[in-house]
Amino acid sequence: MTSLHGMADLAIRLRGVVKRFGAIIAVDGLDLDVPEGTCVGLLGPNGAGKSTTMKMLTAQVIANAGELEVLGHKLPEDSKVARAQMGVVPQLDNLDTTLTVEQNLRVFAHLYRLGRAERGPAIERALQIANLTQRRSAKVDELSGGMRRRLLIARGLVHQPRLLLLDEPTVGLDPQVRQELWALIDALRSEGTSILMSTHYIEEAQRLADTVTIMSHGKAIARGRPAELVVQHAGHEVLEVYGPPARLAVVEQEAAAAGMRTRRTGTSVALMGVESSNGDLPDGVRRAANLEDVFVLLTGEEVA
Amino acid sequence: MAGGGRVGRLDRPAIAGVLVREITNFSSYWRSTTFSSTIDPTIYLLAFGFGFGSLVSKVGGYDYVDFVGTGTVATAVLFSSVFPSMFGTFVKYSFQHTYDAILAAPVDTEEIVTGEALWISMRAGTYGCVPLLVAIAFGLGPRIDMLVVPFIAFVSGFGWASFGIMIAGLLKSIDNFNYVTSTVITPTFLVAGTFFPLSGLPQWAQVLGNFNPLHHTVELVRHAAFGWAGWADLAHLGALVLFGLVMWRLAIRALERKLIT
Repeated sequence: MTSLHGMADLAIRLRGVVKRFGAIIAVDGLDLDVPEGTCVGLLGPNGAGKSTTMKMLTAQVIANAGELEVLGHKLPEDSKVARAQMGVVPQLDNLDTTLTVEQNLRVFAHLYRLGRAERGPAIERALQIANLTQRRSAKVDELSGGMRRRLLIARGLVHQPRLLLLDEPTVGLDPQVRQELWALIDALRSEGTSILMSTHYIEEAQRLADTVTIMSHGKAIARGRPAELVVQHAGHEVLEVYGPPARLAVVEQEAAAAGMRTRRTGTSVALMGVESSNGDLPDGVRRAANLEDVFVLLTGEEVA
Repeated sequence: MAGGGRVGRLDRPAIAGVLVREITNFSSYWRSTTFSSTIDPTIYLLAFGFGFGSLVSKVGGYDYVDFVGTGTVATAVLFSSVFPSMFGTFVKYSFQHTYDAILAAPVDTEEIVTGEALWISMRAGTYGCVPLLVAIAFGLGPRIDMLVVPFIAFVSGFGWASFGIMIAGLLKSIDNFNYVTSTVITPTFLVAGTFFPLSGLPQWAQVLGNFNPLHHTVELVRHAAFGWAGWADLAHLGALVLFGLVMWRLAIRALERKLIT
């Protein structure tokens, strides 16, 4: 596949990247572009290779084959230079829990080599972005799950990185907190920070990402703007047909015979692209096609 | 803003960053660590010094309390370096995922190991002096040469801290540390000349004792307290430096294999 973004400067460029763990191929010939100033969503089910890809970008996992470039630096040779200019928000909470919010940020201001005069303003800025100024003296183990996640983001931003890697940034959080974090990530994107965000939440990718790459079994199986992917793979409209399992099986057979794509949603069968159907359609509920339809169609997996 | 300055191998800013993290964390648990690191060797000193001291008046030409007081410095160094490094490294790797966070910054495994070993050895250099101070309080005559004891404890502590990091890097389960404690640390601790001189042991044990870095620590501390032994002390120091260097490189290798896949 060719780049969607022509000659734009790339914050991340992966070509033919392969990572094997023994007999298991975690990443299998992956090409990925993240143009500067955009947010790219890496969408895929568990085990698709998203986290391995993220770890290759910080050189904690070394690729067996392929080319990796981050902010113009080749990996893994120049990884350290690249890491100085990027921030990472991990999937697992790895904050120092006995330290305060401010102490956590101060430690990372040192690790990211900020000068003495830069540290104070950088910490204030990170606290403001994450809306944690009032809790600066609180110990991490006194914070709620949402606050800890915001602190992880603040920690990844303390040195004002050009590129931010977000690995499942809202996993396990309640919907309210998730929306707060979406607003925060959206603000960063608006300010021009390049973002690569892995997620298995479809809505997250649809709302935040300029482009999405869908991964399955270590490969990129589709990429594009969310709206374009939806139209390309699922059309404009979907018909949800409900009924007993035997009835749903018949609906699937008839739709397949008519050349329509379908997917099971557990309690119904969804018929894709019904807006262009000329034949008789079964009774059902019409709705707009979405990225979840594309995800299930392409990966064959239900959404978490 | 980010990424200022040269970025190379064994960067001073990266090691300083690791040290800042350790020191900041230490501020939250220094009381308990200082308590155990101070009380444990003092109990050893009092128990052995006055317990056996009532049965044995002199060993190797020294009062037994003085003999044990100087020997316990090495015990304090061992305990305040090998256990924090072994358990601390394993916990940070397996449970807290601290290294994932640090490695996302411009810091490599080599700098993590170096920073952490330096910090633990600085602590060992400090805590190692406690038994000596207790021994002085109980009658050991102070000497100006004793001022090098923190340095000896630091060099020895660096080797033992690196050894602990290496073990944490090699073993898959924290339960397996029991094997290392029983087969390496306890014999090392007992056959070092701390509580009794090696000269009373069988010939083979005396030979093995010369390969025990803790024995070299004991000898150097004792000579700092009672009088130097010339070239022999340089050999003891050389053995400790060699032990530290070898363990440092092995620790880097072991942890790198664990952290970078």
